[in-house]
Amino acid sequence: MNAMETHILEVKDVYKHFKEVKAVDGVNFSVNSGEFIALLGPNGAGKTTTVEMIEGIQVPKRGEILISGMTWKRDEKSIRNKIGISLQETRFIDKLTTKETIQLFASFYKLPSSRVDEVLEIVNLSEKKKSFVQNLSGGQRQKLALAIALLNNAPLLLLDEPTTGLDPTARREIWNILIDLKRNRKTSLILTTHYMEEAEYLCDRIIIMDKGKILAQGTLDELLSANNSKEIIEFSTYDSFPNDFFCYDGVYKLVWDERTNSGKLIVGSIVAQLPIFLERINQLGIKLNQLECRKLTLDDLFISMTGKHLAD
Amino acid sequence: MFKNSFIQLILVQIRDFYREPAALFWSLLFPVLMAWGLGIAFSKKPEQTKTIALVLNEHQNTNSFERYITKSTFIKKTDSISGTSFFYIDYGNEKLGITHYIIKPVNNQQAELMIKRGNAALFLSINDSTLEYHFDRYNSDAQLSYLQLSSLFKGEVQLSQQSEVMPMIEKGTRYVDFLIPGLIAMNVMMSVMWGISYTLIENRTKKLLRRMVATPMPKWEYIASHIVARIILCFIEAIIIFSFSYYYFNITIEGSILAFIILFLSGIIAFSGIAVLIASRTAKTQVGNGLINLIVMPMMLLSGIYFSYHNFPDKVIPLIQALPLTMLADGVRAIFNESAGIIQIWKYILILNALGLITFTIGLKTFKWY
Repeated sequence: MNAMETHILEVKDVYKHFKEVKAVDGVNFSVNSGEFIALLGPNGAGKTTTVEMIEGIQVPKRGEILISGMTWKRDEKSIRNKIGISLQETRFIDKLTTKETIQLFASFYKLPSSRVDEVLEIVNLSEKKKSFVQNLSGGQRQKLALAIALLNNAPLLLLDEPTTGLDPTARREIWNILIDLKRNRKTSLILTTHYMEEAEYLCDRIIIMDKGKILAQGTLDELLSANNSKEIIEFSTYDSFPNDFFCYDGVYKLVWDERTNSGKLIVGSIVAQLPIFLERINQLGIKLNQLECRKLTLDDLFISMTGKHLAD
Repeated sequence: MFKNSFIQLILVQIRDFYREPAALFWSLLFPVLMAWGLGIAFSKKPEQTKTIALVLNEHQNTNSFERYITKSTFIKKTDSISGTSFFYIDYGNEKLGITHYIIKPVNNQQAELMIKRGNAALFLSINDSTLEYHFDRYNSDAQLSYLQLSSLFKGEVQLSQQSEVMPMIEKGTRYVDFLIPGLIAMNVMMSVMWGISYTLIENRTKKLLRRMVATPMPKWEYIASHIVARIILCFIEAIIIFSFSYYYFNITIEGSILAFIILFLSGIIAFSGIAVLIASRTAKTQVGNGLINLIVMPMMLLSGIYFSYHNFPDKVIPLIQALPLTMLADGVRAIFNESAGIIQIWKYILILNALGLITFTIGLKTFKWY
């Protein structure tokens, strides 16, 4: 099989600059048919700009975006029918009911009203179909946005932070809807999030972005195994300590948070490094508050790459 | 129900309208209340009461004033508690309309306050055995009081024998006949400007526009749906105001109903174009509010909705007549009161449509969807 045919989306060397800010600064990736991809990054990483360029809402300054081999310039109409979208923080019309809102969007795709009931069923909003949008909870609004994204049975779904601000139960509900889609529809998905566990749970591949660039991409295992031999010593102290404290062999990196006096030490081997660490702490007379040793997670990886927490 | 996207988009506007109690009040009930209130306030005019201040110094009393009047026509009443006397006299008759004058003795300061607060437009004083009238020369109401009082003081209660007053009470010449067509025209402007501009800007701030254009929805359909919905709503509003005026004030359309419908549509088109242009790039509803007011307020004041714009200086009248609301209001009045048809108002129709088309085209070209 030709590689071109299986790619539902190709993003080739795409740039987008706003005045001084390099929102997207040379991004390359592709999505296979049926694949779930997470764009992971802190606020301002360029996730939304990337997604909006794929959605045709923004135009890249340079580079090319192919959706099923088509471009926005030539095939705008066909692409619109090929993608399902949920934007960040769209507010629908307060005085319309859930069903009327979906009906309105269904009419844009010339879909029968049976499809409206279908998507209501898929996102578990059938009970709320007669409620006004203004009376929906945050989770229900997100499900409404998702229902609209699903309307046209698009092979490619683009969801921009579909679970931001939701409680764990509502988030889990949306995850289950998406997992079902993956199983039953073979839909491809690009999802932006700053929840690590969302990316881990839902997606086949994770793309970590920061400052408009892709820092790493791959499956969860690939990302972690690239840093396979690394382990973490996480600790906090009652005092601060000298800057040159960790300049010795075997420590890959220290992430130190001055506000909370806590740090993460990325080391080759806990067994080898922990005694040295404790000995030096002792010598300086620094009192430890907490100490934890464990394997590296995606979260640690992200922090070591960007120096930031995802939620920042 | 309806699969057609254009009908769905129109339904959105209509639903948004009738599900919002505030919208129902402001666009349906409020204009009727205005028509009723203003119509009543200015049409029951045959009787009115005016207070005149009589300034007396410490050496004068009401007897000093009585020398200047023909006593038989005046009624003098003395307040038993304060001991002050008031003079009452009526001017006019049933045909002319009656003005009740109350002449109230006061001191200098009180008189000044009464003038400043608008409680009296004229005051009298006695100086070296001369009765003096004090009033603003440019206040026509005060001038009228002066003329009426001076003739009363001379004892001329009735008008000259050779002339007769014929009150105009036929339809078309009353104040409500002037007012109602103006209110119908103004309602079109308000309904269209707020209804279209505000909704478009709000949907942009809500990022709903952005979401909608990401579907295969044709862009013109979205904007056109607002205009069609407004046409429907404006006709409903006009029918309500008109029905009320017909039953309550007996107002009818003397001219061509077809001409009225065409002119009415032209007005909606003109204001829709302006509304789309205002909303085309505005990103905030607060800024939108200001812009809408900037357009709407001057026309409300200048276009002669409540009172004729012919009281403005002659130089600005051609400018006022070039305003779309003036054209619409004058046109509707001509049809209602002067039996006008399309021939008399075709110019208004042409200009209003051209204005709508031009502003709409510019608005659509510069329209910011996200």
